[in-house]
Amino acid sequence: MIRKLLVSLVSGLMLTATAGMSVMAAEEKSDPNKEQFFPVLSYWSGPFAPGGSGIAGGWMDYMALLNIRDGGVNGVKLTWEKCDFGYVTERAVECYERLKNKGKHGAAVFWPMSTGTTYALMERAHKDKKVLLHMGYGRTDATDGRVFPYAFPAMTNYWNQSSAKLRYIAQLEGGEGNLKGKKIVNLHLKHPYGIETIPVWDKLAARFGFEVTHLPVPWPGIDQKSLWLQIRKIKPDYVINRNWGVSCTVPLREAARIGFPRDHIIGVWWCGSEEDVIPAGKSAKGYITATFHATGPDFPVIQEIFEHVYGNMKGNLSAARVGSVYYNRGVAGAIVTMEALRNAQAKFGNVALSGEQYRWGMENFNLTAERIEELGATGILPPFSMKCDDHEGSGQVRFQQWDGTKWSMISDWIAPYHELTRKMILDSAAKYAKEKGITPRSGDSMGSDCG
Amino acid sequence: MLYRESGQFKTSYKADMAIFPIRQDLWGLITTLIVAVVIVPLFASEHMIVGYLLPFMIWSIAAIGLNILTGYAGQLSLGHGAFMAVGAYSAYNLAVRIPDLPLLAVFIGAGLIAAACGVVVGSPSLRIKGFYLAVATLAAQFFSEWVFATFPWFVGGAASMVIDTPKMSLFGYPIESNLDNYFLVLGFVIVTTLLAKNLVRSEIGRAWMAVRDMDVAAEVIGIRPLYTKLSAFAVSSFFAGIAGALYAFCYVKSVDFTAFDLFVSLKVLFMIIIGGMGSILGCFLGAAFIVILPILLNVAAHHLTGGNVSPELITNIEHMTFGGLIVYFLIVEPHGLARMWTTAKEKLRLWPFPH
Repeated sequence: MIRKLLVSLVSGLMLTATAGMSVMAAEEKSDPNKEQFFPVLSYWSGPFAPGGSGIAGGWMDYMALLNIRDGGVNGVKLTWEKCDFGYVTERAVECYERLKNKGKHGAAVFWPMSTGTTYALMERAHKDKKVLLHMGYGRTDATDGRVFPYAFPAMTNYWNQSSAKLRYIAQLEGGEGNLKGKKIVNLHLKHPYGIETIPVWDKLAARFGFEVTHLPVPWPGIDQKSLWLQIRKIKPDYVINRNWGVSCTVPLREAARIGFPRDHIIGVWWCGSEEDVIPAGKSAKGYITATFHATGPDFPVIQEIFEHVYGNMKGNLSAARVGSVYYNRGVAGAIVTMEALRNAQAKFGNVALSGEQYRWGMENFNLTAERIEELGATGILPPFSMKCDDHEGSGQVRFQQWDGTKWSMISDWIAPYHELTRKMILDSAAKYAKEKGITPRSGDSMGSDCG
Repeated sequence: MLYRESGQFKTSYKADMAIFPIRQDLWGLITTLIVAVVIVPLFASEHMIVGYLLPFMIWSIAAIGLNILTGYAGQLSLGHGAFMAVGAYSAYNLAVRIPDLPLLAVFIGAGLIAAACGVVVGSPSLRIKGFYLAVATLAAQFFSEWVFATFPWFVGGAASMVIDTPKMSLFGYPIESNLDNYFLVLGFVIVTTLLAKNLVRSEIGRAWMAVRDMDVAAEVIGIRPLYTKLSAFAVSSFFAGIAGALYAFCYVKSVDFTAFDLFVSLKVLFMIIIGGMGSILGCFLGAAFIVILPILLNVAAHHLTGGNVSPELITNIEHMTFGGLIVYFLIVEPHGLARMWTTAKEKLRLWPFPH
């Protein structure tokens, strides 16, 4: 009897839920020509959820802001669907296939959200003509757009970040001449992402005459005691913290234990969020990291998100995280994504665009200081432009310092050593082109001047 | 009633020893093949092929490999991921360093290199057994990760130690679309399944099972343990190597040293435990359970909630249901899904008059 009751109760509930959903679906029906679909691949579960949820939250909130405040972009409503892949590359491939054909012309742009996913989706996205926007991660050599027409590490990449870090260290030391004889430890995760910058540091060390030691941190990097014993022996002037997730926090505690000054640890931007430093408590005070966007809620665009999105209860994250590092990274990426959409719309009309049309918008991208001011995002991202053979654009990096309660920006935009990294990027891209049998684009190709 | 083989008389030894002696089984297999070769390519979406079928088929090959070693020959191994890694990296190096090598030779070569590694890693099995052997094979797992993370030679000198698989073509036909990849993998699945099914029915398969059931007794009746155990390792690693190469070339198209970690070895082990030790069908059922079910649960949860709930809730629903199902199936049938199918067959035979 009870069993029967339960069964009918559950089935009744399910029926009501389905009916309710179909009503909702009917209400939401609108012109597919006036909707641009964005697939939100990210990770809300798993060990790296703080990063994934924060960035995706910022992205979706910015799209919600445009929908609520402006009714979309030039009258085209922004729609999106989330897919949680938990930082597992296999599941990301599944998410990509699940979402790539949604919307009128399918998804136009993917944020792969992990370096492994970027590599895995590179060939698929190229074949399907979908843009991959991997801002501040992914394949560094995708900067050469002649070989990678659909991949954009927009703003900056890992190699330029590393060289910008060195320029910053040189500033702290009072000039490049003073780098000679200095010791730098590159504490990096033993993971493709972690080891990618080793050749850059080696080249920089040879050029400026400092000594670099690469210390690999075994994945997942929870125990780094023996490494810090080695660091104590080496007595470096600076330690580069190139980790991810929990392994970012451990060095701060270990440094406090052996008394290494925290303001001589320079972190990668994936080790520079509130989530990385708060667990280290007081040990984190003074820690410096690179970043490619400003942090904090004191920007007009973030305030407008508070007002329009969270004011209408449409936020995609807990309001306390709005303005945090990962959140602002999502907003900065969303601004680039949406400005490229505007750019493409100006050429192809204010309708739903395909990945190929969207790519044109990325490749002819020019974000001016005036436009950034207009968007209320001055400082969040630098003015930059992209073209066929430069899918990165700026390469500039800022530095921030943790004062125990919040991140504060301690430098202006710092340029990398482009002349050094550029050659490495071209070499690496040429190797990829050779292996894959790709002829680099040249002349007027796909609507861009490729020289 | 539905599954009755009465009236199917075997009049020759050949018929009696056929791979599928029961006609219903043969029809079932033919139907599956028709679906896989004709219906799927005609009607399946790309999401279906890449999201579900490609990984399912590739992991099935890997599971067959481990099932030969653990299910048939009784040697517990935690190094299966390492052999998949060897297969993937060997295939890459063969394809890039010898550009004229035909694609099939690349895959088979990768399998053979993995088999050679398997023999080396499996040699302690002559002295140690059971859990101790599992720990010995674990060494292969960590060693392979270390090798592929440390020596740039294996990745062609890439700074990030990631390999991008080169372009593929089979007899001049370029393998590019998802459907091309599907057919290539399907071909390997059919060939490897047939090979495995026949191996375990043959003399060597019977020797494996004898060693599994009691190796001293097997030795007494004249089965050489050296040859039997090492051949099980070789064949198992060969399958793993092919699966690893297919995983890299046809599915993810890029591999780094974290792709085949310990969790991969465990994943394949779970597949054969849930699917059924000592059963080829069990490998497919287990792979489907581990690879396809979580995605199905995720998609179902997404649809049921209309996408209006937070994604971490959907993932957690997926994880909880999946975990619950593992426990459920292991309680209901500890011998795996394949045994469930056998029981179902027995019941169908008597249906509708059970006694």
